[in-house]
Amino acid sequence: MTSGGKELAGIFLFVALVAGIPLATDSGVILNFVMMALYAALLAQAWNILGGFGGQFSFGHALFFGTGAYIQAIAQLQGGLNAWLALFMAVAGSAGVGALVGALSFRYGLKGSYFALVTLAFAEVFRILALSVPFTGAGVGLMLPLHESFANMQFGSRKGYVYLVLAFVAAALLLTWWLKHSRFGAYLQAVRDNEDAARAIGVNPFGVKLGAIVLSGGLMGAGGAFYVQVFQYIDPGIAYGPGTSVEALVAAIVGGMGTLWGPVLGALVLHVLADLTRNLFGQLPGINMVIYGMVLVLIVMFLPRGIAGLGATAKSLWKKSGGRRG
Amino acid sequence: MSALLEIRGLRGGYGQVEVLRGVDLTVQAGETVALLGSNGAGKSTLNNVVCGIYPAWAGTVHFDGKDLSRAHYREVVKAGLIQVPEGRKVFPNLTVLENLELGSFTRARERRAANLDKVFAIFPRLKERLAQLAGTMSGGEQQMLAIGRGLMAEPRLLILDEPSLGLSPLLVDEMFGLIRQLREGGLAVLLVEQNVGQSLEIADRAYVMENGAIRFSGTPDELLGSDELRRAYLGL
Repeated sequence: MTSGGKELAGIFLFVALVAGIPLATDSGVILNFVMMALYAALLAQAWNILGGFGGQFSFGHALFFGTGAYIQAIAQLQGGLNAWLALFMAVAGSAGVGALVGALSFRYGLKGSYFALVTLAFAEVFRILALSVPFTGAGVGLMLPLHESFANMQFGSRKGYVYLVLAFVAAALLLTWWLKHSRFGAYLQAVRDNEDAARAIGVNPFGVKLGAIVLSGGLMGAGGAFYVQVFQYIDPGIAYGPGTSVEALVAAIVGGMGTLWGPVLGALVLHVLADLTRNLFGQLPGINMVIYGMVLVLIVMFLPRGIAGLGATAKSLWKKSGGRRG
Repeated sequence: MSALLEIRGLRGGYGQVEVLRGVDLTVQAGETVALLGSNGAGKSTLNNVVCGIYPAWAGTVHFDGKDLSRAHYREVVKAGLIQVPEGRKVFPNLTVLENLELGSFTRARERRAANLDKVFAIFPRLKERLAQLAGTMSGGEQQMLAIGRGLMAEPRLLILDEPSLGLSPLLVDEMFGLIRQLREGGLAVLLVEQNVGQSLEIADRAYVMENGAIRFSGTPDELLGSDELRRAYLGL
């Protein structure tokens, strides 16, 4: 368990370091960068639970993001509920949507690209529903009135949001750590690797995958709720459009699927890249997607284990070349 | 004394297609039984229905005094009826140690350390590769790992589904040597195989399956002694 202890210490060190940033600087640029990178890390961590540990590649994680975002907005606007209570409902609601989609698709044995397409379709269906029903504000979207106070989960400076999203990321890191060291996590990885063999040792793949999509969906819903609190606006395109789904999965794959730090690393690298290109090319529309695509292709070709697996990849290359010489 | 595994009139299949048409089969404690038959005879289906992965349509399965006829595969594993599935099904992205540990989560969890030592005594090569990812090992080593994982659950009966499939002749010999070793340790083994010659060498009794039913049961000598059976079912 020493490796587990080291990882826990790493998580606490990371949280402590990042928590120090708002104390050290008032720069809006830096705080905004930290906030957006942590937010991207949260989405990637959510995707990583189902995609990285469970091997179920979702192309429609916006489904959970959007559900969380809409619940967060509607509970406050139409329910008159407190923002923190709304957050609780957003997480529970998107976890519930995860259970529904998971039950439907895993019950009928959908895997691989079929599962990916079904999640994509669900996200699109929800996007069209959000465009058509009145309580989501349809195409106009929903606007959250500005009332900056802690009770409203709205903060005067970016610092409050940095702490809020850092708390989510810390929770996601601890959840991932638990997956790496718990029986449920072992079952999940076993199911990812081989469902038949998992059954042979008495593991029920359906139940295990359902648990993973619920956890993943709930975390993604927290990301959606956070988005609404920061930007005070949501519409069907932002909520259920493919952009969020792509961002979550690219960061997780680039960083390293099924690892503790991969999603955080991937989110950080992609945000640095996105900011650099914005400085180089200005606000060329869609340029960040072009960069994401190129990075994804390069990573899949040369670093299949992602940035977090860089050490292992280098080691095996070294061994291979050494083996040839020997 | 009742048998360790007793299957009576078992029927089962997929959708509308009946594959098992009333199978009777018994395995006594400590016995090695070979289940032979050509492709599509229903061997693997029998295996999967007995282990609770597919539901039985009719018939009964009794194991170690318990009725497992309609049991979930988790209950089957808990009872100590452990299957090593066909085709070297290991968890490729987990280490050898993690693969072995997973075998002990449903049953015999409290004696994991002792059972690990037992598995290493049988498969010393696995001990050298504890931290290696299972998917990077050779086919023979993966098959050993799959069997080792099965042993981690302290089986009362171990079902080996085609352990020699896809292995080189030398490794096939090694595999049968290992099965013999397990048998000498007193473990009951149901060996599902297409490799007729070597299976009959180590089995106490054998069944021949055809078209979803048992066509012959008896000792290997009886089976090999009948010209008709040999020609019809064994291709020898």
